[in-house]
Amino acid sequence: MFKDFWSKHENIYYALTNKKVIFGLTIVALVFMLAAFGPMLTPYEYGEYAGEGYLPPSGDHFFGTTIDGRDVFTRTVYGLRSTLLVGAIAGTVATLVGCIIGFLAGYYGGSIFDELLMMLTNIFVVIPQLALLIVIAAFLEVRGVIIMAFIVSLTAWPWTARAVRSQTLSLKNQEYVSLSRISALSVGRILREDIASNMFSYVFMVFIQQFNGTMLATVQLEFLGLGPTKGISLGLVMQNAVNWNGIQLGMWWWAIIPGLILTILITALYFVNTGLDAAFNPRLREM
Amino acid sequence: MEKNNEIVMSVQGLSKVFKSGILNPEYTVAAKDISFDIEKGKIISLIGESGSGKTTVGKLILKLIKLSEGEIIYKGKNISEIEDKEETKEYYRRVQGIFQDPFATFNPLYRVDRVFDMIFDSFELGFEDKDQAIRDALYDVNLNPDRTLGKFPHQLSGGQLQRLLIARALLMDVDVLIADELISMLDASTRIGVLNLLVESCKKHGMAVIFITHDLNLGYYISDKSLIMYKGRLVERGDTKKIYENATHPYTQMLFEAVPEIGERWDPDEEFLPEQVVKDVKEFYQENEGKGFVEIEEDHSVLFSDK
Repeated sequence: MFKDFWSKHENIYYALTNKKVIFGLTIVALVFMLAAFGPMLTPYEYGEYAGEGYLPPSGDHFFGTTIDGRDVFTRTVYGLRSTLLVGAIAGTVATLVGCIIGFLAGYYGGSIFDELLMMLTNIFVVIPQLALLIVIAAFLEVRGVIIMAFIVSLTAWPWTARAVRSQTLSLKNQEYVSLSRISALSVGRILREDIASNMFSYVFMVFIQQFNGTMLATVQLEFLGLGPTKGISLGLVMQNAVNWNGIQLGMWWWAIIPGLILTILITALYFVNTGLDAAFNPRLREM
Repeated sequence: MEKNNEIVMSVQGLSKVFKSGILNPEYTVAAKDISFDIEKGKIISLIGESGSGKTTVGKLILKLIKLSEGEIIYKGKNISEIEDKEETKEYYRRVQGIFQDPFATFNPLYRVDRVFDMIFDSFELGFEDKDQAIRDALYDVNLNPDRTLGKFPHQLSGGQLQRLLIARALLMDVDVLIADELISMLDASTRIGVLNLLVESCKKHGMAVIFITHDLNLGYYISDKSLIMYKGRLVERGDTKKIYENATHPYTQMLFEAVPEIGERWDPDEEFLPEQVVKDVKEFYQENEGKGFVEIEEDHSVLFSDK
């Protein structure tokens, strides 16, 4: 029975036995676990004064304390939660919007509908992303985590739309689609087996990249002081560290550790991305 | 030659214009006013340079693109009126094609067996043992089933993929087969074998084949009838022997001069200008203005002017 399952879903088998995927997923899982269970390991709240300031990492304060005595570990794990949440929401929204617009434009390729959608996309492509984000974020007085996610995804979807459109255009003109048509396959089966399945792995990877990209964009905004006005996030922790001259005062744990966690997470996701590419594309499989 | 052969498909006044762009549409005439009949068990070669519209004609017959003008009649029915699912299926059961680029014809995500699975899923082919039938067909095209089935397309060569498609077409036992640049991917040693196999199949089952090719030698070797295309127009049509012995259109004449022959080396002093043909054809059309498409002898017609 297991054998049956694997022979039907060999893609999953190849994905789960790929070394890069295993390595990447393990690290991603660890970071997620840190975000999920980290708050339970600490007796403090993220805004609370936990003790003496200026303390390096120790058994009491895993990542040390800030200059005014807040626990960096607590702030980091709570911040990680909201940063991951922003990444997940913004990544999903950007991928969905990009895929829907791209697929429709590609499917009706060459029509006036396609032309209009692409005009809209191109307008968004040429708007400088960071400048627009700064303007929007500066105008909103109260910014929660969810609002942040939508602001970021507003500028993240266009390249996905363009890429998905060209993918759809080229896929629907492939000769194997013609072969399926003259084999009298139903339209549904052609869409599923010849177009969607060739696109699925691509969309999945787009999602991972959007997740990465939107997370980074959010941290950028937060670092500039345009983050959520309430709550905490990784970018805010780092911004505080810089505002209080943490680095110059030799408090490396304050800014470096949260940044390092983010870097590790993004690198791990890229590993998953390239590994999945090999797993989904038989041409890249080692055989 | 017998007259009154059974006509399976008749192409009448076929035209296809591609339009690109919306604000400033650009029109490309891929095929214009093409007419010919396909007779049962006969092999027709459709010869022309790249971009002359050969593949477009093939795709029109396979209903892969919509025609702009004219009609294609198959068994007394205009094929552009076939929209019903069952009827389409019935049509493809009897009319099949092999495409130009074997690498692009296979979905890279699936094993090559899929091309056989698809036809066995869709059609009632009347074989008792599916696997045995596939294996037999593969042996026929000189492939070892154990070394090809279960592989991914990128693991096989272009020639092997091409032969898998030929095996697929042979399994289906069709009335009309469109073979687009069929043997361009095959090496010289298997080429003749595969060709003979197809001819044999034609004679035995009454399958008509349209060979789309740029290779004149191949056209002469295999076909009963030839169609020469130039810039979307059918410039010469008729019995292969008659065309080859009495090429009338300047483009056809140029084609014959351009064929390299064994035992004759390339001559650096000989000039060969493709532009010359364009001029020649233009002059030829001017000289014969108003004549149109004329039958100059029995079963041999030439386009004398394009208006």
